[in-house]
Amino acid sequence: MRWRIAVMLTVVMLVVYFGFIALTALGKGLMGTLLASGLSVGMLLGALVIVSAFALTGIYVRWANVRYDPELHQIRQALSNERDSRTGGTP
Amino acid sequence: MNPAVVVEPSATAIGFFFAFVAATLGITYWAARRTRTTSEYFAAAGRITAGQNGFALAGDYMSAASFLGIAGMVSLSGFDGLIYSVGFLVGWPLVMFLVAEPLRNLGKFTFADVVAARLRQRPVRIAAALGSLSVVSFYLIAQMVGAGDLIRTMFGLSYETAVLVVGAVMIAYVLFGGMIATTWVQIIKAGLLLTGATMLALLVLVRFGMNPVALFDEAARRYGGMLAPGKLVANPLDTVSLGLALMLGTAGLPHILMRFYTVPDAQAARRSVFYATGLIGFFYLVTFILGFGASVIVGQETIAAAGKGGNMAALLLAQAVGGKSLLGFISAVAFATILAVVAGLTLSGAAALSHDLWVSVVRKGEAREKEQLAVARGATLFLGVVAVVLGLSFKGQNVAFMVGLAFAIAASANLPALLMSLLWRGFTTAGAVASMVTGSISSIGLIALSSTVQVDILHKASAIFPLKNPGIVSIPLAFAVGAVVSWLAPDGDDQAKFLEIQRRTTLGSG
Repeated sequence: MRWRIAVMLTVVMLVVYFGFIALTALGKGLMGTLLASGLSVGMLLGALVIVSAFALTGIYVRWANVRYDPELHQIRQALSNERDSRTGGTP
Repeated sequence: MNPAVVVEPSATAIGFFFAFVAATLGITYWAARRTRTTSEYFAAAGRITAGQNGFALAGDYMSAASFLGIAGMVSLSGFDGLIYSVGFLVGWPLVMFLVAEPLRNLGKFTFADVVAARLRQRPVRIAAALGSLSVVSFYLIAQMVGAGDLIRTMFGLSYETAVLVVGAVMIAYVLFGGMIATTWVQIIKAGLLLTGATMLALLVLVRFGMNPVALFDEAARRYGGMLAPGKLVANPLDTVSLGLALMLGTAGLPHILMRFYTVPDAQAARRSVFYATGLIGFFYLVTFILGFGASVIVGQETIAAAGKGGNMAALLLAQAVGGKSLLGFISAVAFATILAVVAGLTLSGAAALSHDLWVSVVRKGEAREKEQLAVARGATLFLGVVAVVLGLSFKGQNVAFMVGLAFAIAASANLPALLMSLLWRGFTTAGAVASMVTGSISSIGLIALSSTVQVDILHKASAIFPLKNPGIVSIPLAFAVGAVVSWLAPDGDDQAKFLEIQRRTTLGSG
């Protein structure tokens, strides 16, 4: 279950980053367009890629804390209960 | 213009530097008394907190090359420098999603622990050590040569003395203090580097009403073409190849992967990457401001004259906005940066030599604790001396490409085998060895045939391999070879343990 989220977020990062690279390599005109004096589309997108990388790690940590860790905890409990009942409940 | 004339060695720099070395050697003494077992030596016995490890990861990763090199590149060509910063950062989410937690749950000291977990130990460990040691060697050469050049300029020492000083101090940290000392050196260095860079950026921004866009505007007005893609991205395929190597290489760097064994559990491993990504991302954004600040306040002509690639931009800027004392501080920070990175590299190389090659291959896992620790220290001393010898023998060579090469090897030799062993039941020992060997050899071979070596270093007219970075060929090749070899010769033993390994990857060994 962890791998599904992990691979999904990895793909998002790959798309964001290589999207940025593709625009840089092929859309030079667009990337150089000024949104305001001193701020081009490319610079804004570059900064956004950096921010999005951090945001993605935040999303993953949040998901893991809220969903994944409690599930793991349950599995661990179930496993140790099973072990206890097999060995007659000795600690 | 001679760089030594532009940035003069100063008493302040030397004072700050001695303060740093004295403090870190004090920590090393403290750490040495807490280092009695192999687990303490290589993994600080798993007692580093997530926050500490976040700083240490950042300290391990932010090299002088990224501080001085990227600031310089931005100062001379603006936007193009951003492509590098972004490339160096986007590998971190992948480290978190793909490798941090499985590594913590499954391994002990090296990434080979994970690859070898359900495969045959000896062949896998030998191939993995080959990959790790090539990454470490090329990275070390780049760092040592950079250290020699930088320190010669900043402190007025000879190149040889500089390399010897770096080597000696680094060996002291790692040999006596192991991972505990190395971690704290990296934490302190990350703190100093972030403080220094932030201070510098604030001193720049204050001149532009705290508005970065006003700064960019001024730079664009003066030099033109600073805000759009320029000549660094002339060949799109080259850009993609470099991008792939930077992104996937981060998740295959042995000294980074090793840090996940220093925290108590997978949760802490995950959180530490979150902190590290934030710190490193912030650092690159700040570096961007420093680069533009240098181009406006110092001027591109002065920067270009002071050193190749604009490497002196950040130091010239420090001198311009903060005078001698700030320059001294930033110089000492750059030195500390190099020390922390080489310490981390040496420790991970020593782990490959002693844990993978000696204990698991030569002694078949039957070495006593005392012997393991002695071999670990011996390997550290050996690698430290090798680093100094490499630094001395590559004096005056153009080694800038070696960082890119180290990332390409990490992405091709280490990561494909690591991922396939975690995710694919059908992966076999033969597949892993083939993938790792192919990854190492193809990335080194293609670099040797590329214009980076053929044209820039050997001064030939053209090169056989058309790209500057081998990533786009060597990474898919390593995946493909690993897959095909595993398909052609399935191995029941290797597959049988997959479920058990999956359980341990998820739940940890406890």
